[in-house]
Amino acid sequence: MPKITYISHDGKKSTVEVATGLSVMEGAIQNNIEGIDADCGGSMACATCHVYVPENWFNKIEKPHAAELDMIDMAYEPKKNSRLSCQITVSNELDGLEVITPIKQA
Amino acid sequence: MIKTDAIVIGAGPTGLFAVHQLGIIGLQSEVIDNLDRAGGQCIELYPDKPIYDIPGIPECTGEELTKGLLKQIEPFKTNFHLGQRVEEIKQENKFWVVKTNTGSLFSAPNIIIAGGVGSFEPRKLTLKEAEKFEGKQIFYSVTNKDLFKNKNISIFGGGDSALDWALELSKSNKVTLIHRRNEFRGAAHTLSEIKKKEKEGKIIVKTPYNLKAIEGDKIMTGIEIEHEDGKLEKIKSDYILSFFGLIMKLGPIADWGLNISNKTIPVDTKSFQTNKEGIFATGDICTYPGKLKLILSGFHESALAARACFKRARPNETYRFEFTTASKSIHDRLGLKGD
Repeated sequence: MPKITYISHDGKKSTVEVATGLSVMEGAIQNNIEGIDADCGGSMACATCHVYVPENWFNKIEKPHAAELDMIDMAYEPKKNSRLSCQITVSNELDGLEVITPIKQA
Repeated sequence: MIKTDAIVIGAGPTGLFAVHQLGIIGLQSEVIDNLDRAGGQCIELYPDKPIYDIPGIPECTGEELTKGLLKQIEPFKTNFHLGQRVEEIKQENKFWVVKTNTGSLFSAPNIIIAGGVGSFEPRKLTLKEAEKFEGKQIFYSVTNKDLFKNKNISIFGGGDSALDWALELSKSNKVTLIHRRNEFRGAAHTLSEIKKKEKEGKIIVKTPYNLKAIEGDKIMTGIEIEHEDGKLEKIKSDYILSFFGLIMKLGPIADWGLNISNKTIPVDTKSFQTNKEGIFATGDICTYPGKLKLILSGFHESALAARACFKRARPNETYRFEFTTASKSIHDRLGLKGD
């Protein structure tokens, strides 16, 4: 199973195995990773599963749709490398992916 | 004090269907919701997005589903108390007394909490200084636009609220519209109006910029914004309007003495009762082994909770299960004629 590393805003790393096909958000929720709220449950309606994706990974992930970018506008302190983790699907290609969670989600 | 059989907290699909299920078994209910209209997440988060998993309805939007549910409960003439957030729940003998933030009081033997993920609140600016000026010079909604005349107004956000208010307030103010990226999301007509006003010099558009600092001690005098490439710029501002949508907060629900786990309320799936007798939780806010956060699950949960309410609301009567197709008493409650 691909390994995903969630890095908290203060640098704490948690690496977990997430089954392919699940979203990076689901991987966090199922493993009780702090820093991802996912209030709407993955319907891309709340921007509380917001993560920053380091540059080396950002371009390897399928580009966000317009609706995701619209939703990221609402997120807590969005940056250029912001994504909604509910929209990143775990695959073997993403084995080793690192995402950084913001200070808070809302 | 309003007395009823069941108080339904939350006017989303699950709460609305709870009203229906209470209604067909002959129980009265009163609905309280923090938003100013019924529909909950359906109406607030995805009014135009299609939903494909409502049984028997191949496709409908959040708004259509809400309208349908409201029509379905019309016969019960239920009172809605909108724009009110439940603050307190207290037990008085066999009754629950509910108090809202506007001071309304309710009493009932049953409460159904269909509160979704909590109540919606505006997403606030992240800078600490923003708190100090909130309600004075920083606003998350506009209730009195007369406040702004010949003022310097900085508007943050990229959606319809930000764009509409930028247009409206540019008539009599100096408006700067600030957004984190170059693309705005709004109706095509609105976007072209903004472009026009920008050309005329009526609106200054600053993209891609984020808020960096708020200046001023007792009175806010201006703001500093930061370009994506790090360049800083100061803007004189008498007011900030910030439109970053709504977030959901569990809020006072956490203080009602209910068991809470991961922002949800554990329930017994026999009746969807919480750890407090007569308080039920249905929809997204409840949790139990196997819970699915689907609208259809909320419907089922509300149907069972409503039956459980009957025993406490009508302790001397026997609940009889009936089908809506064949029951004369249900048809009477629905106001149908000709049976």
